[in-house]
Amino acid sequence: MKLKSVLIGLGLLAGASFVQAEDPLKVGFVYVGPVGDLGWSYEHDRGRKGIEEYFGDKVKTTYVENVPEGADAERVITQLAKAGNDLIFTTSFGFMNPTVKVAKRFPKVKFEHATGYKLSKNLGTYVLRTYEGRYISGVAAGMMTKTNTIGYIGSFPIPEVIRDINAAYMGAKSVNPDVKMKIVWANTWYDPGKETDAANALMDQGVDVMLQHTDSPAPLIAAEKRGLRAIGQASDQSKFAPNAHIFSVRDDWAPYYIKRVQAVMDGTWDSKDFWGGFQEDMLSLASINPNLPADVRAKIDATYTAINSGEFKPFTGPIKDNKGNIAVPANHSLTDQELAQVNWYVDGITDEIPR
Amino acid sequence: MDSDLIVQILFAAVKTGTPLLFIALGEVICEKSGVLNLGQEGMMLMGAVVGFLAAYGTGSAGLGVLAAMIMGCIMSLIFAVLVLHLGANQVATGLALTIFGTGLSAFIGSGVVGQTIQGFQPIAIPLLSDIPFLGRILFSHDILVYTSFAMTFILMFVIYKTRIGLTLTAVGENPHAANAIGIKVLRVRYLAVMFGGVMAGISGAYMSLVYTPMWVENMTAGRGWIALALVVFASWRIGRIMLGAYLFGIASIMHLVLQGLGWSISPNLLAMLPYVATVIVMVIISADKFKEKLLAPRSLGKTFDPRQMA
Repeated sequence: MKLKSVLIGLGLLAGASFVQAEDPLKVGFVYVGPVGDLGWSYEHDRGRKGIEEYFGDKVKTTYVENVPEGADAERVITQLAKAGNDLIFTTSFGFMNPTVKVAKRFPKVKFEHATGYKLSKNLGTYVLRTYEGRYISGVAAGMMTKTNTIGYIGSFPIPEVIRDINAAYMGAKSVNPDVKMKIVWANTWYDPGKETDAANALMDQGVDVMLQHTDSPAPLIAAEKRGLRAIGQASDQSKFAPNAHIFSVRDDWAPYYIKRVQAVMDGTWDSKDFWGGFQEDMLSLASINPNLPADVRAKIDATYTAINSGEFKPFTGPIKDNKGNIAVPANHSLTDQELAQVNWYVDGITDEIPR
Repeated sequence: MDSDLIVQILFAAVKTGTPLLFIALGEVICEKSGVLNLGQEGMMLMGAVVGFLAAYGTGSAGLGVLAAMIMGCIMSLIFAVLVLHLGANQVATGLALTIFGTGLSAFIGSGVVGQTIQGFQPIAIPLLSDIPFLGRILFSHDILVYTSFAMTFILMFVIYKTRIGLTLTAVGENPHAANAIGIKVLRVRYLAVMFGGVMAGISGAYMSLVYTPMWVENMTAGRGWIALALVVFASWRIGRIMLGAYLFGIASIMHLVLQGLGWSISPNLLAMLPYVATVIVMVIISADKFKEKLLAPRSLGKTFDPRQMA
């Protein structure tokens, strides 16, 4: 009996090491945009390449780009699971329900969904604290605006985007009490033409600093053409707007992806809800423009230091929503769970969230 | 809304409508000859990427447009040979052309993703641009917008006032009759398809050189398909295509403008306006069977083989 189990154990060990030597760990990625969007999906793909660089032939990665959020996504995720991927990253909010469904059908495959909030035994989530970067964006925009009007192009009214709008507005308000924010929903993550239209529509209405939660550099190009200012999103977009560019809030997914792949290899992977920001090196301020006035630059650096050291958290009470209710009580910072459910605008945003 | 804002909205509508105008003008000529080319999006993307590559390589936006025109023409020739020479199904071939163009443009453009160029600069036409309202809306654009104005009027003249227009219409309405009186049907169709390709190429170049001067995959974002709807919306009339292009232009930016002004209308509802307009026009057109026949070229989408009798 003992001998038998030892033998089995040896066999398993041999099998396991054999598997490791022969079969690389297969990791799949699903992107919402093209890898060439130079924004969100581009950065995820940089993360994927980071894994390959780090692990060499111990991993084999595949990706599917331009996957629409919805029924099609389920098909793509299923295919990746069937193709023998051990770990699958689905990288957009709209992939949440399809990922949940597929995860149920493939209990042995591990799934990770970016920016979502539904977890199960083999499905974890990971979120970037992009609102940290947005807060600094707001600070910079609030100081740079001459018309006291900042423009914001939203993609879809989901918690992630609404949270960032709030953070940007609070940042702007902290340095400029008269600041106003105009918000336009483009209803797309990626459509350079439409993003240009949206930016122009906003700038026609007196906006002189553009922020956006869509993935192409088009709004920066539009701002550059008009001699106004803009902030890059997700990726370093400075080269598109050498004069207009204030800085870019750059995502860096590689540290997280490498950690999770390692966890699967070590057999320590478990489903959890991970949040990373400046402190985890998953966000950075890229290419801060040398043409900024010294006081703006100093304020950007100071705000960054405060957030990076954990000394300042943007969603710390008392914060009122724009209907007069207390959204965050005094002496409380929103927990990650609460952050995932932000569906209100802060006081001062004269707009309503589309339903 | 103050008058300044209205002027800016209309100015933006012309800009947004211009790529639609180019590609729809090309498609309407193509359809008038009886050929339905659903490959617009593919030709447009190829035009956009090749135009950008050429402009990036040579530093000249003009050469970029020229390259885009040639590329559009080559794409349409592929389609023409398959459909006209080999008698392939027009719908299937057109769809294939779109898929082919989307993929190939992404492939050959991957090296210049993220590069920027100096596109066309706006040129205000002296005197005309000083007209209040209209001057700013119509005459302070770039050279391609003026080209689109000129193309519209030239085509109106050619189609409705010249023998060439008559020949084209005859081929589209009844190729067999046209063949019988000695018109070279296939040659006319070849030329019409190629004209469509050239216009799609310019339209693509407008996207990558003027509208958003950069190349990114799939940057036309379905404008080729909107143009197809626009041709139906305009019931195959040149003048209405121009009007329709600007209406579509307004409709596609209006939801953004109104949101900025703080209107609480669902942006989704507003964004679907162009499509609703197309459906309504389709319903109006098809409600009257007689009218419907008058409007669409009668042999549209049908293969013509000169060896066969009608």
